[in-house]
Amino acid sequence: MKKIGYYPGCTLKTKAKIFEKTALYTAEKLGYEFIELPNWNCCGAVFSLSSDDLIHHLAPIRNLVRVQDMKEGAFLSEETLVTLCSMCFNTLKRANIRYKNSAEDRSKIKNIMDTESAYQGNVSVLHFLELFKSIEPGSVKLKRKLKGLKVFVYYGCTLLRPKEASLDDAEAPVILERYVETFGAEALSTPFSRLCCGSYQTVNAREKVVELAYKILTSAIESGADAVITACPLCFFNLKDIQNEICAAYPDFKGIPVAYFTELSAYALGMDPGEWDEEPGFIKTALAQTGEKKIKR
Amino acid sequence: MSKKIILDKESAEFTKKIIELSGEIVTLCEQCGTCSGGCPMCDKAETSPSLMMRMAALGQKEILGSDIIWYCASCYTCTVRCPRGIDISKVAEALRQIILRDSVNRIDLSKLTPAELEKLPQIALVAALRKMTG
Ligand code: SF4
Ligand code: SF4
Repeated sequence: MKKIGYYPGCTLKTKAKIFEKTALYTAEKLGYEFIELPNWNCCGAVFSLSSDDLIHHLAPIRNLVRVQDMKEGAFLSEETLVTLCSMCFNTLKRANIRYKNSAEDRSKIKNIMDTESAYQGNVSVLHFLELFKSIEPGSVKLKRKLKGLKVFVYYGCTLLRPKEASLDDAEAPVILERYVETFGAEALSTPFSRLCCGSYQTVNAREKVVELAYKILTSAIESGADAVITACPLCFFNLKDIQNEICAAYPDFKGIPVAYFTELSAYALGMDPGEWDEEPGFIKTALAQTGEKKIKR
Repeated sequence: MSKKIILDKESAEFTKKIIELSGEIVTLCEQCGTCSGGCPMCDKAETSPSLMMRMAALGQKEILGSDIIWYCASCYTCTVRCPRGIDISKVAEALRQIILRDSVNRIDLSKLTPAELEKLPQIALVAALRKMTG
């Protein structure tokens, strides 16, 4: 099994435990052993955008130093770090790029971080989806059928933008669609798959987030989807957890199940449904599509 | 025929500060409006991203009082679409930073109830604090 460095980030250990559980299950079934970085720290959630603000890049870089140390200690097969949360992915990847591209920033950062090994800049930061992008649909042995299940893929922002941090074409991505198809479901997308859900503005401009989430989910419903998938715990909150607020603001809104993309794969690969605290909405639809009444364990 | 705009000293200095802090040459903006056209937060704000860019290029300090810089969700839609290759999200961040570095905070988490705080994912809180507190 390939040993790969894994960065969970804060939300996967708290609000998004099911995201981590289903991802680790999927990875193991597909031949990867994820080794969680020892002593990882919060990446800061957002990439610092101003030219003189180096201090906020230390948190992501410190995590990359851990990967370098693990590779040197032969704990990993390669100098690669995999993330699941889209926001961590963006922050870690962009800090890595900034560090690699600027000799001046590099020397300043090395000077401040004098208690750890100097970062050589060789770690590649990957999103979970990138590990499986070359898998051919049909080559994975599936335990459960998702045939006929229509899944609306929601990318949001930080998997795709800006271009240098994107895991696919920023304006015409297909990586999530391919993932859904690999696990036997049908993928749907519209331009709303890439519209921002309002992100952290959910803290202080909730009404705007409700409006954006309504637009995105309505587009999903109108496209004929049975469920929506996402790769971001913040999008998950905005699209799923506040659906009661969307119903209150827009009485015509009917609601739609939302899940992490890894819930779909873990289910198709045979994960025990007892692992979910709350049965994801897509499971019921999947069972109805294939004519099964109960989940086969 | 070319037009020349001459800024007074104060405005020129303000523009220079924005350019330094953002790393973006704001004067390259040709006012095409693409950034505003794709901005998800724009209809909520009184100032559009393209107007923000114009005011930044002209060194108009009133832009610091605009709401777009706080409504901006750093979604980078404008960033990937600007035909002049300007990263508008960095300009919004520079303007936020000019204000926040005076120890002014834009959000107060103590206004949220413990139940609301409990529900929010960590990344939402960390990101909002990073973007809106000094
Ligand atoms: S897209 Fe670029 S050039 Fe066009 S108005 Fe916006 S900043 Fe200016
Ligand atoms: S980064 Fe900010 S200004 Fe640009 S499109 Fe997104 S919300 Fe609008």
